[in-house]
Amino acid sequence: MSGWTRHEGQAVALPLANIDTDQLIPARFMSVPRSEGYGDYLLHDMRRDDDGALLADFPLNRNNAASVLVTGRNFGSGSSREAAVYALVDAGIRAVIAPSFGDIFSSNAVNNGLLPARVDADEIEKLFALLGNGAAEATVDLKEGAVKLAGTTLYFALDESWRIKLINGWDDIDLTQQHAEAISRFKENRSQTASWAWPAAAD
Amino acid sequence: MSVPQTLLDKLWATHEILRREDGVSLLWVDRHLVHEGSHHAFAKLAARGAKVAVPELTFAVVDHYAPTRNRARIEDPQIARMIKTLRTNARSHDVRLFDLNDPGQGIVHVIGPEQGLTLPGLLINCGDSHTSTHGAFGTLAFGIGATEVAHVLATQTVWQKKPPAMRITVDGSLGPGVSAKDIALNWIAQLGTDGARGHALEYAGSAIRDLTMEGRMTLCNLSIEGGARFGMVAPDATTLAYVEGRPHAPKGADWDKAVAAWSEFVSEQGAEFAKDIHFDAADIAPTVTWGTSPEQALPVDASIPDPARLAGGKSDSARAALDYMGLVAGRPLAGTPVDQVFIGSCTNGRIEDLRAAAAVLSGRRAKVPGLVSPGSAQVKAQAEDEGLDKIFTKAGLDWVASGCSMCVGMNGDLVGEGKRCASSTNRNFRGRQGRGARTHLMSPVMVAAAAVNGAIADVRPLLDGRAV
Repeated sequence: MSGWTRHEGQAVALPLANIDTDQLIPARFMSVPRSEGYGDYLLHDMRRDDDGALLADFPLNRNNAASVLVTGRNFGSGSSREAAVYALVDAGIRAVIAPSFGDIFSSNAVNNGLLPARVDADEIEKLFALLGNGAAEATVDLKEGAVKLAGTTLYFALDESWRIKLINGWDDIDLTQQHAEAISRFKENRSQTASWAWPAAAD
Repeated sequence: MSVPQTLLDKLWATHEILRREDGVSLLWVDRHLVHEGSHHAFAKLAARGAKVAVPELTFAVVDHYAPTRNRARIEDPQIARMIKTLRTNARSHDVRLFDLNDPGQGIVHVIGPEQGLTLPGLLINCGDSHTSTHGAFGTLAFGIGATEVAHVLATQTVWQKKPPAMRITVDGSLGPGVSAKDIALNWIAQLGTDGARGHALEYAGSAIRDLTMEGRMTLCNLSIEGGARFGMVAPDATTLAYVEGRPHAPKGADWDKAVAAWSEFVSEQGAEFAKDIHFDAADIAPTVTWGTSPEQALPVDASIPDPARLAGGKSDSARAALDYMGLVAGRPLAGTPVDQVFIGSCTNGRIEDLRAAAAVLSGRRAKVPGLVSPGSAQVKAQAEDEGLDKIFTKAGLDWVASGCSMCVGMNGDLVGEGKRCASSTNRNFRGRQGRGARTHLMSPVMVAAAAVNGAIADVRPLLDGRAV
C-alpha cells in the first residue's frame, strides 16, 4: 500500500444514513479474487437495475469520476467484509466523509489507503445542500486534517495513528515483525502462567 | 488505593504485549477462527511467502458457503471453489479444518463455544463481525477485516486501541415469550445502531445473570448491530457449567488453574464506565424490526411508525425503509403477512433456540413455507435426538443441514425479490437475504408464531403453558 498526503478530486454526496457493507458490496460478489477488481460491485444493487445497467440518476453514476464521497452517519456498519473497502478503492474512491463510521470498516479502510474522515453531522448537512446532485472539486489534505470543497474548509477527525499510517502507507505485518522478540517472550510467559489458554487435545 | 478495574481492563492487560506511543496496543490472540471468506487473507499471506505463525491456535470451518442440502454434490462451481480453497489453505498451513462432513462442522460462532475452543479470559479474532458472540464467556472477541486476518495469521497478534468501556444493566425478570433477542433489539432500537459505537460493551444485572449461555451468546452476538466493538458478560457458574467437559476445554489440573484465573474476570465494584445504561426487563416485549436497520424495531403490538413524526435525520431513513419494506405507516405491525420464515444463524441457531421454536410449533401447522437450519452438526444431531426435527417437518418447515444459510444467502439459500421473511437472524439490511428481500428480525419463538399465523404475530397468546 502506498501512502499519500494530499488528494484532489471530485466530491459527490450520497445523503443516506446507515449505508452498511452489505449495500456497499452484496455478498454474492465476494468470492471473486481481488485481482479481478471490485469496482463494478460498489453499491451494486443501489446503482444498477435488475439487468445490471447503471441507473442514470444515482449520484455516483451521474459523476462517475468522483473520488470523494460525502455521506450520512454510521457508514460501513455491519459485516466486517473488507470487500466493501475494495469496492470503494477499486472504483477510485480515496476519501469518505461522514459523521460516523462502523469501527471495523474504518480499520479496513485505513489498511487500504482509504480515508474515513469524520465531520460533524451539521457540517455534513451543509455539504449535502452545497453539493446537491452535482459534483465539486475537493482537496483532501491529511497533514492539515482538512477538506477544501466549494469554497469552504472543513476539519475532519481522524485517529492520529491512522493519519500517520495513511501518510506512510505502512504495512502492519512489517511493523509487527520488528517486535518479534517481545511477541515470543509474551507467548512463552503466557504458555507458562496460563497453560489453560491453549486448546486441550480433544479425546 | 488502586482504581477499580473493569472486565475490559483485566482482559486487555492480560493480552497486551506492548503499547506504542500513540496508544495503540499489540495484543496476543489466543484463538483465530477462519472460514471460506478468509480467502483474501490467505492470498495476502501467500503473496508474502509467509506461513501461519501458530497453527495450533488457528481453526478453520466451512460455514458461510456451506450448502444446507445435497452436500455430496455441490452444483454451484463458485461455492465448490470457495470450499476447496479453504481446504487447500488449511492443509498447506497445517490448520485444523471442520469440513462439511465433520461432526464438529457448523457456524463458526456456534462451534467455537461448542468445541470448548471459546473460554473465559481469552482473546478471539475471526474475520466476521459477529465474533462478538464469544464475549458471552468473558472473552475479548472481535471481528476483523482481511488485512487484519492476514496479520493475525502471520503474527498471532493484532493491533488495537483500547476502547472506552460501556455497561448495559438489565435488572428484573423477562416476561413469558421474551428472550435475549428482545433485550438486544430493544436496546438497539433505543440507543441506535451506533449507540455503542467504539465501545467495549459489558452486560450486567439480574436479567443477564439469569440468561443461559445460549441467551448470552445471542445478546453478545447482536452487540455489533448496536455498533459495539465487543459485547461481554463476566463468567460465572453458568459459564463454567457450560464449558466443563467440552472437547478442547482445559482438563485436570489445567481446569482448576483456569477456574481460579477466570474468577478474576469481573468488573470491580466502583469501576468507571464511559456510558452506563439501565433497562428494566419487565419493560421489554417481544420485538420485531419493521425497517432496514436493526434500530428500526418496535414491540410487536406497536404500529408502523409515521416517518413524518420521527426526529431529525430519522424520518428520511424511515420513509426509504417503509418504501423498501412495502409497509404503510400507522398500520399495526402484527398481522403483516409474511411469505416465509427462517430459523437459524449464529444469532439464534443453537439448541435452546430450536427447542423454544419447536415448543410453539408442536402440534401446529405453518401457514407459510420455511427453513430451519441448525447452527451446527451437533445442534442438528441433538435436535434430532430430541425429536425437534419431526416437530418442524410436521409443521411443514424444511429441516436442513447447518451453516450461515439464509442469514446471508452466500450458499444460495435466498429470499426472493419482494418476498417478506420472518427471520431469527441479525441483519434486516436491504438485500441481505437476497436482492429485494424484506427481512423482519425477531426471536425464534416469534418466527414460530409468524409461521403459524402466516403473519407477524405476538407469540404470547400461543404459549398457553408451553415452556419456551
